[in-house]
Amino acid sequence: MGERKTFELEQGWEYMQKGITKLKGILDGSLEQFNSEEYMMLYTTIYNMCTQKPPNDYSQQLYDKYREAFQVLPSIREKHNEFMLRELVKRWANHKIMVRWLSRFFHYLDRYFIARRSLPPLNEVGLTCFRDLVYQKVNSKAKDAVLDVIGKERDGEQIDRALLKNVLDIFVEIGMSQMDLYEDDFEAHMLQGTGAYYSAEECLKRERERVSHYLHSSSETKLVEKVQHELLVVHVNQLLEKEHSGVHSLLRDDKLDDLSRMFRLYHKVTRGLEPVSNVFKQHITAEGTALVQQAEDAASSQAANGGVQEQVLIRKIIELHDKYMTYVTDCFQNHTLFHKAMKEAFEIFCNKTVAGSSSAEQLATFCDTILRKGGSDKLNDEAIEETLEKVVKLLAYISDKDLFAEFYRKKLARRLLFDRSANDEHERSILSKLKQQCGGQFTSKMEGMVTDLQLAKEYQSSFDEYLGNNPSTRPGIDLQVSVLTTGYWPSYKSSDINLPAEMARGVEVFKEFYDNKNKHRKLTWIYSLGSCHINAKFDQKPIELIVTTYQACLLMLFNTSDKLSYPEIMTQSNLSNDDLPRLLHSLSCGKYKILSKEPNTKTVTQNDSFEFNHKFNDRMRRIKVPLPLVDERKKVVEDVYKDRRYAIDAAIVRIMKSRKVLGYQQLVMECVEQLSRMFKPDIKAIKKRIEDLISQEYLEREKENPNMFRYLA
Amino acid sequence: MPPRASKRKATASHNSSSVTSADDSPTGTITGLDNVILIAPSDKNKTKKTDRLDTLFDSYANCSSGIIDPEGIEALCSDINVEHTDVRILMFAWKLKAQRQGYFTRDEWRSGMKALKVDSLSKLKKGLPELEKEVNTPGNFQDFYSYAFRYCLTEEKQKTVDIESVCELLNLVLGSQFQSKVDLLIEYLKIQSDYKAINLDQWMGFLRFCKEISFPDLENYDADLAWPLILDNFVDWMKEKRS
Repeated sequence: MGERKTFELEQGWEYMQKGITKLKGILDGSLEQFNSEEYMMLYTTIYNMCTQKPPNDYSQQLYDKYREAFQVLPSIREKHNEFMLRELVKRWANHKIMVRWLSRFFHYLDRYFIARRSLPPLNEVGLTCFRDLVYQKVNSKAKDAVLDVIGKERDGEQIDRALLKNVLDIFVEIGMSQMDLYEDDFEAHMLQGTGAYYSAEECLKRERERVSHYLHSSSETKLVEKVQHELLVVHVNQLLEKEHSGVHSLLRDDKLDDLSRMFRLYHKVTRGLEPVSNVFKQHITAEGTALVQQAEDAASSQAANGGVQEQVLIRKIIELHDKYMTYVTDCFQNHTLFHKAMKEAFEIFCNKTVAGSSSAEQLATFCDTILRKGGSDKLNDEAIEETLEKVVKLLAYISDKDLFAEFYRKKLARRLLFDRSANDEHERSILSKLKQQCGGQFTSKMEGMVTDLQLAKEYQSSFDEYLGNNPSTRPGIDLQVSVLTTGYWPSYKSSDINLPAEMARGVEVFKEFYDNKNKHRKLTWIYSLGSCHINAKFDQKPIELIVTTYQACLLMLFNTSDKLSYPEIMTQSNLSNDDLPRLLHSLSCGKYKILSKEPNTKTVTQNDSFEFNHKFNDRMRRIKVPLPLVDERKKVVEDVYKDRRYAIDAAIVRIMKSRKVLGYQQLVMECVEQLSRMFKPDIKAIKKRIEDLISQEYLEREKENPNMFRYLA
Repeated sequence: MPPRASKRKATASHNSSSVTSADDSPTGTITGLDNVILIAPSDKNKTKKTDRLDTLFDSYANCSSGIIDPEGIEALCSDINVEHTDVRILMFAWKLKAQRQGYFTRDEWRSGMKALKVDSLSKLKKGLPELEKEVNTPGNFQDFYSYAFRYCLTEEKQKTVDIESVCELLNLVLGSQFQSKVDLLIEYLKIQSDYKAINLDQWMGFLRFCKEISFPDLENYDADLAWPLILDNFVDWMKEKRS
């Protein structure tokens, strides 16, 4: 160890100064570096100057000089907003580096001098310098700039979150692990600013996010509280209706938890739930209407392509119903307001017509599909039951329940008569569900129909027995008759067809049998609903044809004639131009050409003639020759409207009889209410019925008050 | 020349008594079945009047039926120089409380003419303006208006009158008071197809409508009230026409 030189303060400091300057240069971007030798020298210089014997112990001076070394350029003050923030961050970063380096250089001071004198360590000194020189001067501007940037982000702009984080870190770090500066200088202002900016649930989340990104975590609770306060009290409607946030978007994005939270929040506010339930209702209505529109579009494009309309809509509506019912029970805790909102929403779009078919008809068709053989093979019993439950629930939203009943009845009749019903239990089950929902009157006829068929089976057995015991009566064909009670079944047209001898004989025999048992009843034969198994001997092989009775009658004509013209057929069968073309078409122009038509065109005209097609063959030994159904829709609607007239009459008379004198509007109101279980009466229709009843002298108008009616006994 | 035995027609009058007496012709033959009405001197004028009324009635009445029929009414009309389609004839019928359109019975004639305080054609003619005024008083008009409709119900159990006739009747009865309204209403009735005939309730509605509803704006019409449906439709039609 050589003799140590004694450094004078100025000398030593000059050397240090060079080092500091170099350091600053590096921070400003110069490519210089400190090598370990230089570093050692700087450190040793300090060391020496501090360990020299007094009066050359320059610790104090060095401490002071250290402080002086930190001069931060005032350029920060001239900059603004983000630029200022960037500059601030840069300077701070630089400052920190400087502090770190200088502290290393001056480290010896830290080890002894500071401890001995209980002075703040170099680190702290450095930071304090920054605080005093920079922070105090710019913090308010910085704060404003930060809030400004946050505001931008709230409005949807992209911001440099990293920058913000860094700036806010400054606030925190300068506080030196005490949060005061952060809280007082920044947080308080931020919270205030948040209050001024109202936000929705979505923003709530974003605020939370913001916290996690760059705000200090302690802000979170306070922030959330503040936002909630704004939510609850101040800006309810705007919140809910805000385009990209609010209840609407929560519903759209299926955010169940958020919805639950929203419900809980608003539940505390008086009438706070009303706007929420309104949005709920609007949302469901919009979705439902969209489904209807989809179905409408699909139907028209399918029609253009010649396809058959599928029963997709009902299924989708059921799904929608299930979905939102869950919302009501889970998120909205079964609150009545939301049940009501849902009901009203469904009532709006469940009553729209799609492709000419009313919702009542669609629902009935849907039921038919499920209950028919082969209609729901993929579903087990339980699933079918569930679906039937849901269908009945859906019926509650449909206003034309009587229309549904009529379509249902018609399709039920077909299922029962043509033995197409898949499962008797299911048939009865849905009837009991309908009864529960709509009352006994609704289902009485249908129940009668189901019972009729069972009775019919019993009758059939005793008929068979009768034939067995009386061989002479046997008609030579197997005959099955279903006796139906007129009132229960839909009305059917029965035309006076000329039956072939064998069938006529069968009918006679049954008639005798039946009359013996029931002397006071009259049978009306509806041949249009019958079906027939007929053996046809074609050249290649005999084939059993399953046809309707009418088709069979026509085919039998060719047993006695080889060729028949349209007019001849008409005379011999006694069918009319309403039925004949359709029937002949099914036998000669359809999938199976049992008869050959001359000329071989695609439609049947009165100039055509027909022959039995010997050459016909099919790989099957038994085929069903289909007869396309006549569209019953028009008739059903007519029948229902007719019944409605009677129903309205009855309601008016009933009401007037009990009230004796009643004002017009009151009468209409009560009428609508009484009838609402089955259908929504048209006000004009009610007025017309009132007028008719006046004409028929059930009612009269009061002389003094023409808006008042009196019941005439 | 010996006075001829004057023939008097047999009349049944409840406040008279009939006594058979001898004809005071010098030939002194009692012509048996002649009835002479002997009435106390104070009722002389009344007798005369009823007499005159009867005579007048008889001059128009159908001999076999004993009542004035449409032919007779036409004759009466031409005698007083009023068209038989004139509304005043209808008013006359109203005054008579005539039950059957086109026919006047003797009772109706008597009570009606007496109520009019006329006993001759000329007096009748002169009394027509008075009659008009009487009909047009608010108290009577409603009754007359209703009567006009019922008068058209010629068949047994008939409750409605066909549109054509209703239009004519409206014009006849309301034309003078509410010409423009009636014209529009008639126009509508002719082109609409909901109703082929009108009943009394609707008929009365028309009057109420003309009286109460402002024209042509129809501002104060409230379809929620119990106006007959045909008027609701009329108002809709008017509004469409205007737009």
